[in-house]
Amino acid sequence: MDSNGLMQFAGAVASGAVRVVDLTFTLSPDFPVIVLPPEFGQAAPVRIQQISRYDASGPAWYWNNLTFGEHTGTHFDAPIHWFTGKDLPNNAVDTLPVRDMIAPACVIDCSAQAAKDADFLLTIPVIEAWEKGHGRIPERHWVLLRTDWSKKGWRDYANLKDDGAHTPGPDAAVMRWLVEERGVIGFGTETIGTDAGQAGHFDPPYPAHHFLHGGGRYGLQCLCNLDQLPPTGAVIFAAPLKIQNGSGSPLRVLALVPGQV
Amino acid sequence: MIEPIAKPRRKNPLKRTRLPTLPPRARSRASHGFTRAAAEGRFMLQRCGACGTFCYPARDACPTCLSADLVFADAPRRGMLLCETTLHVPADVHFRERAPWRVGLVAMECGPRLVAHLHADCEEGGPVVMSFQLDKSGQAVAFAHPERETPNMTDDRQWREMTADPKFRRVLVTNGRSIVGQETVAALKAAGASIVFVGVAEPWKPFHGEDTLRTLEGVEIVPLDIGDEKSVADLAADIGGKVDILVNTTEHVRAGGLLDRQGTSIVRDEIDQAYLGFVQLAQAFGPAMRMRGSDGVNSAAAWVNILSVYALANWPVFGAYSASQAACLSLSHSLRAELRPGGVKVVNVFTGPLDIEWFQTVPPPKVAPRAVAAAIVSALKRGLEDVFVGDVAEDIRQRLIANPKAVERELGA
Repeated sequence: MDSNGLMQFAGAVASGAVRVVDLTFTLSPDFPVIVLPPEFGQAAPVRIQQISRYDASGPAWYWNNLTFGEHTGTHFDAPIHWFTGKDLPNNAVDTLPVRDMIAPACVIDCSAQAAKDADFLLTIPVIEAWEKGHGRIPERHWVLLRTDWSKKGWRDYANLKDDGAHTPGPDAAVMRWLVEERGVIGFGTETIGTDAGQAGHFDPPYPAHHFLHGGGRYGLQCLCNLDQLPPTGAVIFAAPLKIQNGSGSPLRVLALVPGQV
Repeated sequence: MIEPIAKPRRKNPLKRTRLPTLPPRARSRASHGFTRAAAEGRFMLQRCGACGTFCYPARDACPTCLSADLVFADAPRRGMLLCETTLHVPADVHFRERAPWRVGLVAMECGPRLVAHLHADCEEGGPVVMSFQLDKSGQAVAFAHPERETPNMTDDRQWREMTADPKFRRVLVTNGRSIVGQETVAALKAAGASIVFVGVAEPWKPFHGEDTLRTLEGVEIVPLDIGDEKSVADLAADIGGKVDILVNTTEHVRAGGLLDRQGTSIVRDEIDQAYLGFVQLAQAFGPAMRMRGSDGVNSAAAWVNILSVYALANWPVFGAYSASQAACLSLSHSLRAELRPGGVKVVNVFTGPLDIEWFQTVPPPKVAPRAVAAAIVSALKRGLEDVFVGDVAEDIRQRLIANPKAVERELGA
């Protein structure tokens, strides 16, 4: 593309011909985080501590100190996050190729199924049915699972029962297939993780993490506004913080979609 | 006979909130023996090691035999009210606005005579039972009670000045997710608290006992994550002006010391929950409580911390946890001094291992959560400052007095 093309793109963003959709939840202390059994190390929750707010601690300026785990809020998973991706080259957020941070997306709408069944599983037949209508998923595309889970209140969003979380996600076969047969660049969800709430009981456990990161691919979770994306044609901008050897990071995820001008 | 106090009406917003005033506070170093006794709810007098004479007030030599061997010892509480007087126009600001105020002279069966504040049911010439109490300035004063229970006796106006009775007070229990928190809520309601606000962090996580907590009358669940500055500040903005008693039921117990833990994240969680949470609560709720120490029947009265007794002596099996508790203990002494101008008490309830999941592998005796709740209410009703609940806590307390070095070695064995 020449610079004219880029300028055209910038113009289209400015005019609204290309619409920018924010797929990000506000990073706040009360947003649910992944819950592990208490004997494991826990993700530090988001904490915002005020340094000053035009007061005695800083008369003309407002600023905060932040603490949070790499996997809090709307966040990105790098291959190094899982043991299957630990030996891959450029597998951390500071070394992954920057061109991977911009890629198109296929959005699979399973909101109807998820509304009926909190344990709904995305399977190969579901995607094959989607491909009949929208064409084969091209390589190096994100696959985003729309469940409308992001519209729930936070208790229903986390949906923790005495046998663990019950939230929708992919089964093991479809994750392997998406990585090996479709060559996706990554997989994104609205739920707390890329995996289903009960995925610890799958074979292998946490198949989205297992296959995505083992194949050098990425995860996005806690996304919102997926209902504003077309099934195909959206471009995702997802650039994690450049944390040294980081396994992931909260980030701003933006989707560029054709606007109605 | 005491008329029961009436539930306080809503405040007249045209009237200024009265600022707290304090009774005289100067005391000699020797008389802090009474302060300790009052803090722990004991009745102690100096007793001569040579001749056995009990004496009062505190002094440096026995009034009978001049021996310097005077030691504070538990003393019999019974006495007789020799005479009484009622002050109608005291010169002191604090007592002037509380007048009329009754005081009397009590002859103890064990010997000495004490000037004491009087419960209204004490009669001249009649038997009384004595205690030492911490007054609004945190100093020990002698208080005479009627020999037997009388109707509504805890509603006595002068007695209520010495205590932080939950009756008709509004309480914030900071953590309703724990069993200790839930038992504390129930005990405070049973003690007549007009409302108990109970904090729940991460409301998206279900917890045991939640359904019951939600159905209790006079109990209001409020969002409170004491690790989150904004959450604490937001709650204080809503209810900070009507928290008369704050009970910090934060509970974050993890086993382990230093060497077998990797990194600092578990330690940081402990400090975050116990110490920084305490700091944030104090900064958000403390100033309003200090300002409301004389705000009528439901004035701000007390701040309660539940501390591990291993705050006093490190137990390496729970070594890092013990250290976080020690930090909280130190901070509580700062808070106590800072709340004193408001006449607000800081009560530390020390416990041994609780009968909860995180002490699962610790052998008995363990303290039942209900016993902690009962101790909190009892401490508030009696106006205590330092309370030891259960055998382990009491054992550590006594051993520390005898030989702190031995305690260190034995806990680390």
